[in-house]
Amino acid sequence: MKENEQHILSYKTLALVLAALLVLTGLTIGVSYVHMGILNVPIALAIASTKVSFVLLYFMHLKFEGRAIKISFLCTICFLAIMISFTFWDVAYR
Amino acid sequence: MANPPSFYETPAPPGLKGIKAWLLTHDHKRLGLMYLWAILFWFVIALCVGFLLRIELATMGPTIMSARVYNSAFTLHGVIMIFLFIIPAIPAIFGNFFLPIQLGTDDVFFPRLNLLSWYLYMLGGMLAIVSLFSSGGFPDTGWTFYVPFSVGTKHNVPMTVFAAFILGMSSMLTGLNFITTVHRKRDPKMGWMQIPLFTWSLYATAWVQLLATPVISITLLLVIVERVFQVGLFDPAKGGDPILYQHLFWMYSHPAVYVMILPGMGVISEVIPTFSRKAIFGYKAIVVSSMGIAIAGSLVWAHHMYTSGMSDTAVFVFSLLTFLVAIPTAVKVFSWVSTLYKASIEMTPPLLLSLVFIYLFSVGGLTGLVLGAAGPDIHVHDTHFVVAHFHFTMFGGTGFAFFAALHYWWPKMFGILYNFRVAYIATTLTTVGFMFHYVPMFILGLQGMPRRYYDYLPQYAQGNMLAAVGGVLLFFGVMLMLANLMLSFRQRKTASANPWGGCTLEWTVPSPPPLHNFVTEPVIKDYPYDFSDVIAQIETEAKVEQGKPD
Repeated sequence: MKENEQHILSYKTLALVLAALLVLTGLTIGVSYVHMGILNVPIALAIASTKVSFVLLYFMHLKFEGRAIKISFLCTICFLAIMISFTFWDVAYR
Repeated sequence: MANPPSFYETPAPPGLKGIKAWLLTHDHKRLGLMYLWAILFWFVIALCVGFLLRIELATMGPTIMSARVYNSAFTLHGVIMIFLFIIPAIPAIFGNFFLPIQLGTDDVFFPRLNLLSWYLYMLGGMLAIVSLFSSGGFPDTGWTFYVPFSVGTKHNVPMTVFAAFILGMSSMLTGLNFITTVHRKRDPKMGWMQIPLFTWSLYATAWVQLLATPVISITLLLVIVERVFQVGLFDPAKGGDPILYQHLFWMYSHPAVYVMILPGMGVISEVIPTFSRKAIFGYKAIVVSSMGIAIAGSLVWAHHMYTSGMSDTAVFVFSLLTFLVAIPTAVKVFSWVSTLYKASIEMTPPLLLSLVFIYLFSVGGLTGLVLGAAGPDIHVHDTHFVVAHFHFTMFGGTGFAFFAALHYWWPKMFGILYNFRVAYIATTLTTVGFMFHYVPMFILGLQGMPRRYYDYLPQYAQGNMLAAVGGVLLFFGVMLMLANLMLSFRQRKTASANPWGGCTLEWTVPSPPPLHNFVTEPVIKDYPYDFSDVIAQIETEAKVEQGKPD
């Protein structure tokens, strides 16, 4: 069964993911000094989401999980996205 | 064939004796009962605190407590009732006990995790008790812990908030267990549209528990961070946004209302067809409405915040969404009433409690529309109208569903029946007390009396006195109901495996059930509310009584 399979990632893959995370962290700091008006938050969120995706997919092995786990995870993402976006009905129009 | 030994006589894991057989158990039924006693303990405590609050408000000025004690008392009442009673009550007790049986399996998917949930529940409760007596005393913020007050007050907010955090973990683990059990452990022959409605309601609830609880957990931790490290997250004096707290708080706490009510609706969906001897009207519509309530109910949180300074656009959007939740809720109410139509009704205490539920919950739901509409809400926001509304939904709704569940499944859990006559008297007393207690609060609220106030103006004296009289009746009604159930242990009137003529799987196993629930392989019906076998058996018994068997 798929959920019983073991996935051992190579050091090379893990190192590449770590490097990508460090680069993206640098990018986060870099863009915080650049004022892009209304795009400030979306860009910061996009970088953060990319980093989170790397962690989830590789460090937490989501990439290798079965369909039920992936769907459950996507449900939580949808829930979070709805919660955050609905809050903007307030914040964006205050 | 003699009945196999019940789960009381068979510890799991085997070899454990005495108190260890309970405290280290993996058996979902024992855990359900452990929750039962713990939750009943908290319920009685909170009921007594509520009773004292109402006595305090019976007359103007100080009656039995100071204003400071009053503030802590209503917070204590709210925290216990919400986090230690209503949220866990039906899922943790009856869900643990009956969900695996209704699914035709022997236990939940993660039995050890189930035990951990119970310990987390007990730890959360103990922390709440400790915070009563630790430095600063119990919080005076109300159960909502609104900032900036909860950040500034000298009362012991961090410990109580941490207790709520722990209780949230317990709730999440229970939800995770139920979802996994429904997916992975139900009988292979049982399709999705053969699952009983109580289990469906628990499944919908479990998703809300799993998805929404982390939001409150993190929010409560942020309150502690703000208090301890003076970080400006919510306090406007430090550059924080207090409305952000309210958003985060209600993102969980409104869906939590559905965590409270959905399992109650599941109970009613079991009781009504059983005592109507009739398939429930609109099985699929009820299933869809459960999921609909879980989803739509998660999108309406900001209707608690119309007067908080939120944008008008948000007020409009959330008001519209709030009205949408009324649709699946009404589907359920109409389905229950339609089930009763032209049914062969047999009146019993659980059915009477269910009928009271339908009435009280409908009033609670309809008054919710007054609060959900942006205009009228401005007038009644934070008044006694709100107090009456949520007690009608939470007590009249979930509370009465909990009582109905107790009376419905008591014979199955303990193998004994209680005194029906006393149960009817207690139900009537509780209902009459309830009406006298809360209807005056609607009027007081419309007249402008604020909630959470220690004292009031002379024009509110009559309504408060009437509510106090109702409160006394309500208190004694509930106590009589619980005493009647406790006395059933002394009377030991044995219950058969199926005393009500129910047709879901828990009524096919002995009362109380054996350790692994099923003695023979469970028979999964094409339709879970097919009463043809039950009716045939009743007809046969009637013929035997008349002396003319086939």
